[in-house]
Amino acid sequence: MTDRETLLEVRNLKKHFKIGRKSIVKAVDDVSFDVFRGETFGLVGESGCGKTTCGKTILGLHKPTGGEVIYDGMDVHALDSDRKKDFTKIAQIVFQDPYSSLDPRMTVGDIIGEGMDIHHLCKDKGEREERVFDLLQTVGLNREHINRFPHEFSGGQRQRIGIARALAVEPEFIVCDEPISALDVSIQAQIVNLLMQLQREKQLTYLFITHNLAMIKYISDRVGVMYLGNLVELAGSKQLYEMPYHPYTQGLLSSVPVPDPRIERRKETAPLRGEIPTSINPPPGCRFASRCDYAREVCYEVMPPLIEIEDEHFVACHLMASP
Amino acid sequence: MKNNILLEVRNLHISFSTYAGTVQAVRGVDFSLNVGETLAIVGESGCGKTVTVKSIVRLLPQDVAKIHGDNVGITLDGEDLLSLEEVEMSRVRGKRIAMIFQDPMTSLNPTMKIGDQIGEVLLIHKNVSKKEARLQALELLQMVNIPNAEQRIDQYPFEFSGGMLQRVMIATAIACDPEILIADEPTTALDVTIQAQIIELIKNLQRERDMGVILVTHDLGVVASMADRIHVMYAGQIVERGTADEIFYSPKHPYTLALLKSVPKLTEDKQEPLYSLIGTPPDLINPPHGCSFAPRCEFAMKICRIAEPSPTLFGGYHESCCWLHHPKANKSGVPEILLREVV
Amino acid sequence: MVSRESFVNLSDEVFERVGVDPEFSEHLDKPSLTYWADVWRRFKQNKLAIFGLVLMVSILVMIFVGPLISGKNYKYMDSSVKNLRPNSEYWFGTDDMGRDIFTRVCYGGRISILIGFLCTIVMFVIGSTLGALAGLKGGWVDNLIMRFAEVIGNLPYLIIVVILTMVMGRSIFAIVLAMSITSWVGTCRMVRGQILQLKELDYIEAATALGADTARVIFKHLLPNALGIIMVDITMSIPGFIFGEAFLSYVGLGVRPPETSWGALASAGQQQLMFHPHVLFFPCLMIVLTTLAFHLVGDGLAEALDPKLRK
Repeated sequence: MTDRETLLEVRNLKKHFKIGRKSIVKAVDDVSFDVFRGETFGLVGESGCGKTTCGKTILGLHKPTGGEVIYDGMDVHALDSDRKKDFTKIAQIVFQDPYSSLDPRMTVGDIIGEGMDIHHLCKDKGEREERVFDLLQTVGLNREHINRFPHEFSGGQRQRIGIARALAVEPEFIVCDEPISALDVSIQAQIVNLLMQLQREKQLTYLFITHNLAMIKYISDRVGVMYLGNLVELAGSKQLYEMPYHPYTQGLLSSVPVPDPRIERRKETAPLRGEIPTSINPPPGCRFASRCDYAREVCYEVMPPLIEIEDEHFVACHLMASP
Repeated sequence: MKNNILLEVRNLHISFSTYAGTVQAVRGVDFSLNVGETLAIVGESGCGKTVTVKSIVRLLPQDVAKIHGDNVGITLDGEDLLSLEEVEMSRVRGKRIAMIFQDPMTSLNPTMKIGDQIGEVLLIHKNVSKKEARLQALELLQMVNIPNAEQRIDQYPFEFSGGMLQRVMIATAIACDPEILIADEPTTALDVTIQAQIIELIKNLQRERDMGVILVTHDLGVVASMADRIHVMYAGQIVERGTADEIFYSPKHPYTLALLKSVPKLTEDKQEPLYSLIGTPPDLINPPHGCSFAPRCEFAMKICRIAEPSPTLFGGYHESCCWLHHPKANKSGVPEILLREVV
Repeated sequence: MVSRESFVNLSDEVFERVGVDPEFSEHLDKPSLTYWADVWRRFKQNKLAIFGLVLMVSILVMIFVGPLISGKNYKYMDSSVKNLRPNSEYWFGTDDMGRDIFTRVCYGGRISILIGFLCTIVMFVIGSTLGALAGLKGGWVDNLIMRFAEVIGNLPYLIIVVILTMVMGRSIFAIVLAMSITSWVGTCRMVRGQILQLKELDYIEAATALGADTARVIFKHLLPNALGIIMVDITMSIPGFIFGEAFLSYVGLGVRPPETSWGALASAGQQQLMFHPHVLFFPCLMIVLTTLAFHLVGDGLAEALDPKLRK
């Protein structure tokens, strides 16, 4: 872990959306983390925590309200249009919904080939076809699928087409935005194994976004936990699951039903109470305070900073700062 | 518990006519539900689990769905539901068998107040006055732990979050003290922390009221935390059935084993690679010959592609439909857990 | 199914391991259908729509081939055959100047339908360009275009037509211009709405993430996907324009004689309604049938394209 190289730096990233005149949704609010080359960084959280917005802002699909994203030394949001186009060749995305992420009017060949066309990666039609065939094979589909349309495929197959589309431009960094959430259990394993195999073969770096805690533990090297636009805890995945410090992380982990009846029968912890509040005009202080059993006065007033309390283990909680 | 059979489904076949042909969504399903137990039907999308439970309350579109089969029957306490008139059925539905769905948002009327929607069920099935209905609705909302129920009762669905709406759905479902609650993917659309709350709620209600619950889900974690008995469905058939412990700790069908091994566990540390089934479930317009899982099964033998396996009994209730349990089967390389004699 | 007993004596051979069937696992069973083939499949199931399509084609064939079969000239006046009833020689009869009504209806139909198509094309080009621009760019561009559309949409249509035909003369060009000047507003709004909806879909974002520029997003993704709805709009607009032209000709603002159109023919026939109703009847019948045909086809298309009816 010593010779690791920082590939992506996210510094105080903010993305606010205005809705109406006075309301502001703070989808991502002051989030900072690093992603190292060749690792899988997991971003986990419940709906509305801003994990997807965060991933898309990193790729430059949204303009940030504040903060910066440095990829391999370049500021992603300060690129001119040519360099921005070059960046799309380096950094790609796989979407959650395998149904809405493929253009229904295009053949599989054209969907996968689109990136190659945009970046002029192929000399002629023959080469393009060869490369599309290769990619189809890489993701476990057949040659004859090239002229088919997306609606003829199952969810898992479509997701693999989406992965092939991202791979077509030979990127080094891929944001996987809930790539398995819409899929069946047995198909999820298919996709995760495929992604891990591709990572080994092509030395890819992943930002893996999901709400599936068991899966993120399985796939990630390090994990960041988000709650309502904030990063509340960040640690190596083993550390995080063995010793969660933030009360939200603790609650989250104990809420996951384990596919093991004996463990479930023994489980005695009460589920985390309350609802997830909206991120519209959030109050000052810790966002989790309203659901936290340990909340003190200070939690409602001051936003806790993310501090390193153990080696490589960061927590944003007042309890940890001054026990 | 054995003799307290509440609901029995016998040799259920359901087919849908579509432009491409007839889809045989359910192909010979049998099961029974005992009083006060939770029965889980587990399977992936398209395996026919939702269709099966919807047929119990006759919620399938009648123009395209056809229920058939030799000696087919769905009996509630000895009464055959399939032969009931629609009027009589509507007295069963909601009153004796209630159902909650995956998406509470679309199951509630957006233009009606929450209280009125719960009250409506009471007005239909119980002989109560409007005032009484409102009072009971309030009580129900409190029972499903909705905070500030007095104010919430006059609000509209859009003012509720997904988790709260699912609570409202549950309140509506238990309004008439049903004997059976059918929960079709009740927590799939919810966040983990909210899911935990809803599971807790359903478990508590079941215990208090001694309801039979049929839980339909694809989430093995949810199954492990709720189910007494489990039926594993694949391609319109039940491939294995047993108690929760039997299914989780000594699965006897390769598909069950594959399902179990394809999800990572939060509690396990060093994990072996996830087991990944190749391919996708078969098209039920043209189900494969023999065992429908055979094309994806690494232990498949010639016979599996020719003839459907019949169930092998492993004592008690545990049953699996697989040729591997035939005395002559080629057992080399088959995981020991699939073959092990149950103690 | 074979009963269990018959399996007791199974040979060892059938228990040979074969494993996963790679052919089956990624096999697609259903026949490949392109989007439009699928739309056509659903369209075909709609009997009324097929009737409309047959009617539409018959009318088109009639107006283009009809004069060749009848062998008459639409301008030729024969004073010996004035105001004849329909007969084997003159299928739709003759008018007060002894011209063959069938041939005139065919020629008039060509003009009517030509005007219908031209107006629709102009409407489509202006409306969808502006609509797509407004939907895609948003912000002040959207505001500007939509306010402009509102102003145009509120102009009194008839007055514009009268002024334009007075200034430019009663040519086909003037009529097309006059009718198109206000008609694109609806198309513009519809296309804008469609684009706004499509813009949110992941595949548009995926294209952007792949580095696609705006032109590529519009022409490769947005337009092909909006085309279905636009086609319904087009089919439904054509009869409207034919009707509009007929109205203008009827009140004397349409094409100038000896050119004719269904509206002009109806206008002429109206004067003889008392004694020779067939002179009015046939052009009116054609207008009604054409409008009906286009509407049936349009309805059928709309239904075939509706994603809610897709299986």
